[in-house]
Amino acid sequence: MATLHTRSAARAMMAPSVLLLLAWMVVPLAMTIYFSFLRYNLLMPGMEEWAGFSNYRYFLTDPAFFQALFNTLAIVLGVLLITVIGGIALAILLDQPMFGQGIVRILVIAPFLIMPTVAALVWKNMFMNPVNGLFAHLAKAVGLQPYDFLNNSPLMSIIVIVAWQWLPFATLILLTALQSLDEEQKEAAQMDGAGAWSRFIYLTLPHLSRAITVVILIQTIFLLSVFAEILVTTNGGPGTQSTNLTFLVYAQALLQFDVGGASAGGIIAVILANIVAFFLMRMIGKTLEA
Amino acid sequence: MARNVSTQRKIVVTVAAWAIGILIFFPILWTFLTSFKTEAQAIASPPSLFFFDWTMENYHEVQARSDYFKHFMNSVVISIGSTLLGLIIAIPSAWAMAFSPTPKTKDVLMWMLSTKMMPPVGVLVPMYLIFRNTGLLDTRLGLVIVLTLINLPIIIWMLYTYFKEIPGEILEAARMDGASLAKEIIYVLTPMAIPGIASTLLLNIILAWNEAFWTLNLTASKAAPLTAFIASYSSPEGLFYAKLSAASTMAIAPILILGWFSQKQLVRGLTFGAVK
Repeated sequence: MATLHTRSAARAMMAPSVLLLLAWMVVPLAMTIYFSFLRYNLLMPGMEEWAGFSNYRYFLTDPAFFQALFNTLAIVLGVLLITVIGGIALAILLDQPMFGQGIVRILVIAPFLIMPTVAALVWKNMFMNPVNGLFAHLAKAVGLQPYDFLNNSPLMSIIVIVAWQWLPFATLILLTALQSLDEEQKEAAQMDGAGAWSRFIYLTLPHLSRAITVVILIQTIFLLSVFAEILVTTNGGPGTQSTNLTFLVYAQALLQFDVGGASAGGIIAVILANIVAFFLMRMIGKTLEA
Repeated sequence: MARNVSTQRKIVVTVAAWAIGILIFFPILWTFLTSFKTEAQAIASPPSLFFFDWTMENYHEVQARSDYFKHFMNSVVISIGSTLLGLIIAIPSAWAMAFSPTPKTKDVLMWMLSTKMMPPVGVLVPMYLIFRNTGLLDTRLGLVIVLTLINLPIIIWMLYTYFKEIPGEILEAARMDGASLAKEIIYVLTPMAIPGIASTLLLNIILAWNEAFWTLNLTASKAAPLTAFIASYSSPEGLFYAKLSAASTMAIAPILILGWFSQKQLVRGLTFGAVK
């Protein structure tokens, strides 16, 4: 009797959040799917007509699409590579006894708290600018030709900027996980004559596997949708060299007003994210249950 | 002897860690310092680190020329508004899942998490059109609604992991002592839940403050928060490094300070309680 009462109360308490999230998931997505089958341009209102799969055909045969797909994956993999390896190294370093550990932690975390537009603009202008940037000054000081990072290697530059923002995240989570590693276990391994390297491979790394998985999952969710960093640095260019899927759809929708085409691109992005999420969730499921 | 070695080791580690820490922090330090330079000094070659004539001029100019304070207030209203609204919706929900879990609770939580995996660009077009047709485009209210929805799963997850840690026996003890449900909530549960709620609040203000997809796409000028205001510096006229630095410093300072105070909560909130 009492349980029945609490259960219905619990259901009522959960209802607002469940209904809101359900609506948030279903309504706009259904609209995107619907639009993706229309010929619909905001500049020609009232001219909407059924277009079948032509928007998808347009998107999937556009060379820009394949470039964007490649760039999306390059950003995700490039940033993951830098942040996971760098994060492990940094977390191990910060886990050692030292003077002023708290302050170093604060310094290392800071980039993660910076809004993406600030991070990107500071890097673009004050560091990577080929005339007045700090890197150009440094190059000139040692007699080298300044390099125009964002023009010559736009994708690489964006990966560096985004990795700078996410390295603190990986470090912080891996450090937190490291701190729960049993001291006695480490000492026992040391007593048994295990060297630093084998302690790392057989003790530290397995202990970190769960945290590494979590880092990969969460970063991937966010990295698939990198947007502000591209918008304020390269605007997707030169050409489409640094356009990712998110940026491509944005440009199609809000710069070319092609609702139909952009919606088809949006659906493709959702499908891609789902494929990635599927593999990630399986991977996560395995490590989290273990 | 052993002690000597470990002190030596500690010094080496200290030097290495500080060097890397300063290197990572350097872009922020550089921005901060540049904000006090004149525009000419900001691009001088070779640049000087500390030895220049410190000036506050850029801060005055940013406010005078672009009404910085308006955008700052937009950020404050949007981030705090969406967080409070999110908490109001999430607290009962997380509470119910933590204290009267059913076999389906885990599935509901996973489903909520999965809504975060939808790339925002998948719903950009309809959201833009809905906002345009309902007059929500470029309004604070519109952004509060969107940011509440995108952060709701994180808020619920975070509260859930905190509420889960409140021991159930305490409730039973209170009930044995004859406390009514209302008293139970006010005197027993609320004090134990407040730290978790506070941490969630803090983390979400940070996330909402820095959100830069919806804020850039759904605002023009009126409701533009600092993310969008700073983005307007991407197509500048004339010398602007010092002014960009001043605007950036003001935009990131409040959140840097908040964030430094909530490092622990950051880990927990962003990993959905998987790493504590």
